[in-house]
Amino acid sequence: MIEESIQTLSCDHLTKIYGNSKRKALDSVTFSIPSSGIFVLIGRNGSGKTTLARILAVELEPTSGKATISGIDVVKEPLKLREKIAIVPQEARAVPWMTPMQTISSYLLWRGYGYGEAKRKAYEALERLELGGSANALTRTLSGGNRRKVLVATVLASEAEIIFLDEPTTGLDPISRKEFWDLLKKIARERFTFLTTHYLEEAEALADEIGVLDHGRLVRMGSLDQLRQSVSYNYSMKIPLYPKPPLPKLAKGEIMEGREGYRILTVEDEAFSIARDLSKGGYRFTVNPVSLDDIFFYLVNREGEKTNGNERGARETTTREERE
Amino acid sequence: MEMKEEQEKQQPERSESNRIFPQKRSRLSQILAAILVNALYEMRNYPIVLINTVLSPLSFLALIFFVSRGTLIKEAIEGGFIMSMFGAGTSLQSDLSHLKNDFKLQDMVVSSPTSWQIYLMGMAISELVYSLPALIVLGILEAYYVQMSAFALLGFIAVLLMMFLTSIDIGYTFATFSSDIVQSFAFSRLISTLFSTIPPVYYPITYIPNPYRYLAYLSPTTYSAQLAQNLGGSISLPFESIAIDWIILIAVTATLFLIASRKARWREI
Repeated sequence: MIEESIQTLSCDHLTKIYGNSKRKALDSVTFSIPSSGIFVLIGRNGSGKTTLARILAVELEPTSGKATISGIDVVKEPLKLREKIAIVPQEARAVPWMTPMQTISSYLLWRGYGYGEAKRKAYEALERLELGGSANALTRTLSGGNRRKVLVATVLASEAEIIFLDEPTTGLDPISRKEFWDLLKKIARERFTFLTTHYLEEAEALADEIGVLDHGRLVRMGSLDQLRQSVSYNYSMKIPLYPKPPLPKLAKGEIMEGREGYRILTVEDEAFSIARDLSKGGYRFTVNPVSLDDIFFYLVNREGEKTNGNERGARETTTREERE
Repeated sequence: MEMKEEQEKQQPERSESNRIFPQKRSRLSQILAAILVNALYEMRNYPIVLINTVLSPLSFLALIFFVSRGTLIKEAIEGGFIMSMFGAGTSLQSDLSHLKNDFKLQDMVVSSPTSWQIYLMGMAISELVYSLPALIVLGILEAYYVQMSAFALLGFIAVLLMMFLTSIDIGYTFATFSSDIVQSFAFSRLISTLFSTIPPVYYPITYIPNPYRYLAYLSPTTYSAQLAQNLGGSISLPFESIAIDWIILIAVTATLFLIASRKARWREI
């Protein structure tokens, strides 16, 4: 019972300001999650995902606040924590003059393994990731996807209980990315995986728990279902900006304007009624059940409104409910 | 009792094989990792680097040999040793920066049980290993042309060791300030030019006209070269000069070590 209660990752008003900057890279981030399965942190570029991952992986000191992983203080007990964690940083690259076997075994030596044991574990990890055949090829000769796999195999081969992967699939083609997801699901059966990404479909496919970060602030936290419930609409429509469509008066729903067009979040009846009208006028549009992408857009838009101190926000947002 | 056995079974295999002096063994493993990554794997997988390693200090030696018609061969060999030792620091600076900024490998090591001291020690030794081919060739030339006494040889090794420590301190300090490959190369060239090309490493300081001689004394490599040339018998220094040279070398190394240990950040802020 006690064991269970300490298997958590907690942040308490974690704040980070770089150097003399006035901007907060992390702004009083507070949450607590069980350290099991896959936690996915989503957010736009510069939202603070990497900063949070680096603080938790003991690479960066926070300006203020506290964070603990399985009861170990990230700031005060870094040495203790380093035994339990491993990270594949954002933009990490496998060293090109080394083979996958050499890459993994040398990392394990850094973690304190003996040479023979490091070699054995490296080989096991490569076999597991179906890279056994390329174990002794120079990493520069491998495909982009396999080079990423080598880095994941590196931390997977270690004894680390908690693995941080900072945007591990950036730059991969869609097929390699899906293969990568299967791999991550397997890893998460054994270790807690903390993943950052700006691919929302990645979070949708993998996450047990999702955190939405925007401008350094934690906007929402929960499972995908909980995030869905935070939006009271179940259908999403996307309409291009041009030719300018007649915007409907919604009984229930929200219209948000983005660079790519209008996004309408609404209920089923209303979505189909709008769809009928738009079809008649010959306008292009799509209708889908609300996705994480919509939820993210909605939450970030809401946060923008709060930050700007403007009810309607920087983007034009209208709701019948609000008007009424 | 059963619970204890269960717990023992659940211990990772690492602790089983590391039962004897686990700390010592893991530190040796961590040092070995740096040597493998930064020297041995590179030399093994890209053998061309071996030629470059040998050629770099020998090229100046050859130049001095030809220009002086062989009269400065002793100074040139000793200079080659000093250049190799100093080159270790220059290389360390660019290698640390490269592994940190381009591959993010250092970030992965920061999040592992390795301490910055052990990482730096491993990387420094890896630079020595990388210089080994050149040191072997220079050693053969030294034995043939210079022929030092055992006492002088010990003194010479001490001078080289001090030069190595100084260069490592300089390399590590500069590495903490470079955030990308362009800066790293700029620092690397600056260190190399300031400390090993301009100062009289390959020839006696008396070859430099007097007003400029004082500038040469700004570089620690000048003191190392003087001591080495004295030990090799090509110049004869009074006791006071030897003492002053040693004091300056030790003071510079200690100061740079202090700067490096204060400035360098393992965990960023």
